[in-house]
Amino acid sequence: MQVENKKEFQPKIVAFCCNWCSYAGADLAGSSRLAYPADVKIIRVPCSCRVNPMFILRAFQRGADGVIMCGCHPGDCHYTTGNYYARRRMTLLFSMLDYLGVEHGRTRVEWVSAAEGVKFSTVMNEFVEKIYSLGENVRLEDLRCKES
Amino acid sequence: MQRELMNRAKELLIDETVVRVLGWKKGDLGYNHEPAYFDSPEELEENFVYDAFCGANLSKYMIEAGKQEGKTLVFLKPCDTYSFNQLLKEHRIKRENTYIIGVGCRGNLDIDKIKAAGIKGIESVDADGDMLKVKTVYGEKEMPFEEALLERCLACKGKTHMVYDELIGAGEKEEAGPKGNRFDRVSELESLSPEERFAFWRSELSKCIRCNACRNACPACSCLKCVFDSNQFDSNQKANADTFEEQMFHIIRAFHVAGRCTDCGECSRVCPQGIPLHLLNRKFIKDINTLYGEYQAGEDTDSLAPLTNYTFEDAEPGIVAERGRK
Repeated sequence: MQVENKKEFQPKIVAFCCNWCSYAGADLAGSSRLAYPADVKIIRVPCSCRVNPMFILRAFQRGADGVIMCGCHPGDCHYTTGNYYARRRMTLLFSMLDYLGVEHGRTRVEWVSAAEGVKFSTVMNEFVEKIYSLGENVRLEDLRCKES
Repeated sequence: MQRELMNRAKELLIDETVVRVLGWKKGDLGYNHEPAYFDSPEELEENFVYDAFCGANLSKYMIEAGKQEGKTLVFLKPCDTYSFNQLLKEHRIKRENTYIIGVGCRGNLDIDKIKAAGIKGIESVDADGDMLKVKTVYGEKEMPFEEALLERCLACKGKTHMVYDELIGAGEKEEAGPKGNRFDRVSELESLSPEERFAFWRSELSKCIRCNACRNACPACSCLKCVFDSNQFDSNQKANADTFEEQMFHIIRAFHVAGRCTDCGECSRVCPQGIPLHLLNRKFIKDINTLYGEYQAGEDTDSLAPLTNYTFEDAEPGIVAERGRK
């Protein structure tokens, strides 16, 4: 008898959601009974601008296979301009990760408003599917943080 | 020119315009000059040196010098003045506490390139004219000046000083050194496949010994407390504990100076392992230039830096994936 050792790949996905739009959007998705995969772990931040590039790298270190950041649509930021700065920062960071050879599908930014529960669930479904196709994150992993 | 600089520095010390001089002194060997303070004309006479091996960018040392009492005289090469301006902009240096002598520069030499050309037992290097005369224990050798230039000098920003009180020796050879396109190597890497890029950076970054020289020499990297020194932050301070640490350190180091990096090339010059760190900084500069408009940090002291500015029409981060598909 063969013992199946290999566990099926179960991605871990970290979603940084801003308090004012995307987190409420996720809430709406929930209360509207729209399904999105349980692989997505939401971390609430006060504003998308709060997301330090280090957060993204740290998430990958601790075993995330994909990181997505959601914020208010440009022009709608609760703090007026936060997401504009976040946009430039993330563009540069993602470009750098791509330059270092990390698959660019593992990182994503989406603008989700509090009224867009449907968008939240479709984005998450799409993103999880993408991560399934990319498989486990090995290029930005920290072996010390892996469960053996 | 060394004599001229020394005499002028002595004058300024004697008439008490300045109380100390920040310059370069001779190292143990003929080609490893190091930054140094001089408090008296005698010290200057004894140790002061200026030649093509004075690569160190003295702007960074002005942060410390500026905290002391009295004016400091500092010698800056054209590209160093960009870093100085950038520090002025960030209020790290007081302009009124400094007296800047802009020095002429032909380009700095890379001793490793001379060694790589097969010249051994180097005692001293004389850079007169277009040929280098290298005195070695095996007799005198020659090699072309241009072939021994530091990496950063191959894409010289020009010979104009952005900020100074007086100029000495500048303007003799106005034309900038070899004007290569500084983004050539970056574009080359971008055109590789992700696998090849990953392999390239893995092999480069795995050489890192986390000596922090790149951080300490960088004029833009001047936080009072670095994230990598924090004990709240569970990163390994030392050595190659894990491949992740290496990537993390270098991504964050480059990111923290994005938009502020003047491309002075100190990081690559000081790296004892020869990691081409400027390629990380230049990637950010290239992205900023293409996405948000041409920007040269340190050119002025009042413009908004790319990462503290925005427009409504900025590209979405998804552009990275779109470019990747091409």
